[in-house]
Amino acid sequence: MRRRLTYALAAPLLAAAISLVVSSIALLLVGKSPATAYRAMWESLDSADALVTVLNVAAPYYVMGLAVALGFKMGLFNIGADDQYRLGALMAAAVGAAVTLPAPLHVLLIVVVAMAVAGAYAGVAGVLKVTRGVNEVVSTIMLNFIATGITAYLLTVYLRDKRVRLQSETKSIKPSGWLPSLNRALGWVGYHLPSGTVLEGFIVIAALTGVGFYLLLSRTRFGFDLRATGANPWAARSSGVNANGMIMKTIVLSGAIAGLAGMGPLLSEIHKYGDTFPTALGFTGIAVALLGRNSPTGIAVGALVWAAIEQASRGLAQAGIPPEIGKILQGTLLLSAVVAFEVVRRYGQAAEVREAAAKANAARPGQPLPAAAS
Amino acid sequence: MTLTSAPSGGLGTERPVAPEAFAEPSYVRPLLFAFGGLALLSLVRIIADAPELTGGETFIAAIGAMSPILFAGLGAMFSSRVGVVNIGLEGMMIMGTFFAGWAGWHWGPWAAIVAGAFGGALGGLLLAVVTVTFGVDQVVAGIAINLLAPGVARFLAGEIFANHADGSITQSPTMSHGISQFTVPFVAGGSFFGWTTPNPLRWLDEKRWFLVSDLAAVGRGFTTSLAWTTVLALVLVPLSAYLLWRTPFGLRLRSVGEKPSAADSLGVAVYRMKYIGVTISGALAGLGGAWLAIDVRAYNENQTAGRGFQGLAAMIFGNYRPAGIAAGAGLFAFAQSLTQRLGTAPVRALFLLAALAAAGFALVLLYRRRFPQATGTLVLGALALTYYLSANTVNNQIVFITPYVVTLLVLTFASQHLRPPAYEGRPWRKGDL
Amino acid sequence: MSVTTAVGAPAIELRDIVKRFPGVVANDGVNLRVTPGTIHAIVGENGAGKSTLMKTLYGAHRPDEGQILVDGVEQTFRSPRDAIAVGIGMVFQHFMLADNLTVWENIVLGDEPGRSFRIDVGAARRRIRELSERYGLDVDPDALVGGLGVGAKQRAEILKVLYRDARIVILDEPTTVLVPQEVDRLFDNLRGLVADGVTILFISHKLDEVLKVADAITVVRMGRTVAEVAPSDVTARDLAELMVGSELPKPDTRGSTVTDVVALRLDDLVVKGEGDRLLLDHVSFEIHEGEILGVAGVEGNGQSELIEAILGVLPIDQGTVAMAGRDLARVSTRARREMGLGYIPQDRQQDGLLLAAPLWENVMLGHQTQVPFARGQWLDRQGALRRTRVVIQEFDVRTPGPDVAALALSGGNQQKLIVGREMTASPRVLIAAHPTRGVDVGAQAEIWEDLRIARADGLAVLLVSADLEELIGLSDSLAVFLRGRLVATLDPSTVSPADLGSYMTGAREAASST
Repeated sequence: MRRRLTYALAAPLLAAAISLVVSSIALLLVGKSPATAYRAMWESLDSADALVTVLNVAAPYYVMGLAVALGFKMGLFNIGADDQYRLGALMAAAVGAAVTLPAPLHVLLIVVVAMAVAGAYAGVAGVLKVTRGVNEVVSTIMLNFIATGITAYLLTVYLRDKRVRLQSETKSIKPSGWLPSLNRALGWVGYHLPSGTVLEGFIVIAALTGVGFYLLLSRTRFGFDLRATGANPWAARSSGVNANGMIMKTIVLSGAIAGLAGMGPLLSEIHKYGDTFPTALGFTGIAVALLGRNSPTGIAVGALVWAAIEQASRGLAQAGIPPEIGKILQGTLLLSAVVAFEVVRRYGQAAEVREAAAKANAARPGQPLPAAAS
Repeated sequence: MTLTSAPSGGLGTERPVAPEAFAEPSYVRPLLFAFGGLALLSLVRIIADAPELTGGETFIAAIGAMSPILFAGLGAMFSSRVGVVNIGLEGMMIMGTFFAGWAGWHWGPWAAIVAGAFGGALGGLLLAVVTVTFGVDQVVAGIAINLLAPGVARFLAGEIFANHADGSITQSPTMSHGISQFTVPFVAGGSFFGWTTPNPLRWLDEKRWFLVSDLAAVGRGFTTSLAWTTVLALVLVPLSAYLLWRTPFGLRLRSVGEKPSAADSLGVAVYRMKYIGVTISGALAGLGGAWLAIDVRAYNENQTAGRGFQGLAAMIFGNYRPAGIAAGAGLFAFAQSLTQRLGTAPVRALFLLAALAAAGFALVLLYRRRFPQATGTLVLGALALTYYLSANTVNNQIVFITPYVVTLLVLTFASQHLRPPAYEGRPWRKGDL
Repeated sequence: MSVTTAVGAPAIELRDIVKRFPGVVANDGVNLRVTPGTIHAIVGENGAGKSTLMKTLYGAHRPDEGQILVDGVEQTFRSPRDAIAVGIGMVFQHFMLADNLTVWENIVLGDEPGRSFRIDVGAARRRIRELSERYGLDVDPDALVGGLGVGAKQRAEILKVLYRDARIVILDEPTTVLVPQEVDRLFDNLRGLVADGVTILFISHKLDEVLKVADAITVVRMGRTVAEVAPSDVTARDLAELMVGSELPKPDTRGSTVTDVVALRLDDLVVKGEGDRLLLDHVSFEIHEGEILGVAGVEGNGQSELIEAILGVLPIDQGTVAMAGRDLARVSTRARREMGLGYIPQDRQQDGLLLAAPLWENVMLGHQTQVPFARGQWLDRQGALRRTRVVIQEFDVRTPGPDVAALALSGGNQQKLIVGREMTASPRVLIAAHPTRGVDVGAQAEIWEDLRIARADGLAVLLVSADLEELIGLSDSLAVFLRGRLVATLDPSTVSPADLGSYMTGAREAASST
């Protein structure tokens, strides 16, 4: 047990250390002081406003990370989360702006549309894989670009708000379709945020999604089948898992959750789909899922760290440090994390296997061997 | 997992390569195809009255635009041919643009070429270390590199370029001069020892005769105003084919991506070959980035605009062979240059082309008794036809996505004819079978 | 590397070779002498140590003890390159050929003729054609390997070693993938090679073929050489008895529990393989409730396909599988498991366990939709833990607890866990493939007893095993498989070792032969 804990912590700490070292070197190379930089970053985070922003930003990252992780757990690379969520958000924004419903229903409708559209688009890649064996990495990359085209086309031709000239965007969703902020709720328990600081309600949804992810994967039959397929497809097959069905369900569900991730900005901040809508959410989700080793708690930490680095970088310009160092921190963190995870995993497994071999009985000569000889 | 068959999730939706695919690829059929395509295109532009569709200018621009994608596609090929899927081409290309922008600013375009290759090669080396030595999943590593590269570029740009007059965090200071261009004399009017020579191709092209003029226009594309960077890209096509298929080095490199255990048992240094292949891959992507930077005489943020991925698609479209990759790159470039050329007629004409092509395909499918595919193709053709007849303008986006759709269609319906290296995407360690 | 060879020396001599692996001694003092210019066969069952021996000879690993002499000169091989340099070439059972490369590319890889910037393709083709013609190994150098038939691929592999001037060619189970006509052709090729002075080492378990083509035969059993004979001096039966041992284990003579109710029935089952090969060749049999049917046969003769067909993961080309009277044609694997089909896989790590998952999740595998592991759509963790504790207790799984990851257990304990998981799920039909592989003797006896008790309760078992003691001790009836066909049904209490060995190796076929 203690060994497990050591292994679990070793890799992330190693990765964090490597990324800090590399970033420090980068800073030194351009003549800046790492100490100044890190202090400035720390100070940037040191306010209620900053922390709230981190939480707000992290929430959609988290949900996107869960979407991608669901696929990873099954051995499926849903790289297309990026386009799935944008398509979903566009349609949801358009539908949401077109109707007016009482508040909870309005929000629900928007969310449902986003998830359905995103899931369906993911399903395209799934169908291609299941019926024609098309590898989902390439198909989702292609579909990524196709979706960019389709969203741009739909937006500029059909769904745009004709009153706005300078950019393409959908009509705004009326307030009944907005997610309420949590400020009031916090007020009830005694926290009063300064005015202008809004803790978005999407955080609740994100947290619930995380719980749902955990329950689904660890507590349901479907989750077991999914994990088994990712861990050992042959054993899963012999145990009765239907390969094609599993692929379809997983990829559609992954897409749907990706669609949900886009709802953070849509429902809490921007209320319409347009040029201001965040565009790289999908890849951030992938990064965060990888950082978090596909576990709901790990991804939460990953999302928070990622968002924190982003937020902390804002204060750097004032200190004379290029804010892009944040991107380098993120990038190297991801790269060193995946390397560290792999190295630690192999080392750990090798150690366990050595232990097992040491305990093995010496058999009589000629007893049937494992595949090594015949 | 290979990119063109079998899932990484490995639940047995593996599609074996069809036995027909093991016939040695001839060049006759693709050439006939291309010829037929050109004839169809010629027909279409006459009907739709869009002479610019196949004009010399279009092809000249397309050949240029094709080069960065071609570099990336060849890069993808070198990596796949040693068994490593290189999703990080985009990031390596970005490194190429940056290094090229920096070197070009200091020492001119030729230095930019070298520096761009170097920058890309660094990225390739990183991918090699992470996937071959550390065993990280290839797709994950590629994505990580794609996430890291722009950040690094931006950071360095902020420090190195931003302090200068015409530089900024998103752009390097302009290069002193662009790369010179080259036009073939006697055929396309290039200069010969100072004399301007006749330009028969252009004369033919401007006549706008059916098919002949279009052929001339294509010829002009390959011979007129070629930047040396473009020439480099074009030359690399036969060069890489020769390297991979006619030299011992190339054979060993390919064997590593096909059956590493066989190569290993015969004494080939598998790990070393993988490193070499992936680093070359990065260098080529870097060259693509250099092309882009030299073309506008500066590094610009987001210059690459997805060309790394287009290279990947071109590789698949081109069945992992240099000539095919060139065709794929040409397809993407052609579509791109169309989105930039306004004028509705040429673009609209394409839909007519699509409709006719669909009709042709449908006939072939019907002949082969593949009824569901034939119906599907006819439906698509009908859609294209309606679009042609009804629309007045064609949205850029639709043209933009066409090459991607085509690649996806190729993957979906022609995957049995694709022949990826057998060990593409599969990690190998000494002792594996 | 040898420069002089002692006159009259054997081409190959192995003296007292010993090779150990963790947990097992694969070669325990093997001796071998091969006369130059002959076809020398090495026969033995699975696990006899043949392939390990060949790997030693080929340089893939070093022996722990003993000497290797080539042409009378002692050699030490650090890698296959050293063996190749002395003239030894190995043709593997699983071809080392790249499908997407041409024949000549595969053959010359690593030793390309020509200069460093240009392969002399003409020279390559010439040499290959020359070798082809000389030995009758006809294959088109420009063909892509992937499009070749199996026989042609094998010829390409042989050319590969000849191209490197091999004078000693080792073939590992070369006829496993061939149909009879191709086998004859291969033998003609081999005779042509020895006529030219090449020495052939031929590993096989198919005695009928060996007797046809070998000049000398070495029999290996349990890691030791048990006999060196000439084909003219022995019959197939003698050989079979040498391979299998002169005495078979005594079967259990308790009363029969076989009932009349058919639990599993296969009718004319056909599964096609590559080309014309049939992986399962019109297989029919029945297993009744209370019966254990033992499947005897060397690995690779259709047993895996049989199991997969019954499980439902391998599509069937013809015939039916029926369980409890119900045709399983449209029944999914999950449904079959839920109907009471239990499965102890032959390769526990590949097919039976989720190594990184805790034991209680592994105990669920295969039964995750049923009580006590699931209630509706939800997993019942407590139920799973309870059942896991029962399994650990009753099947003597040595583990700190049910939460430990499966990979932390030793192989034997993993096997016990799997057996326990299947047996406690009250199966109606159990597929048991090598159920006690890796398990210590005491636990093995207990598992056998558990199987007998379950059988008495009405369980039907398909037992696939290489352990003759297990097969004879447990089975009510023995089905022998060779080349995908059920070649004989034998009574374990009366079968002789020679008979059993003969059927398993093709030395003798039942009346219905082609």
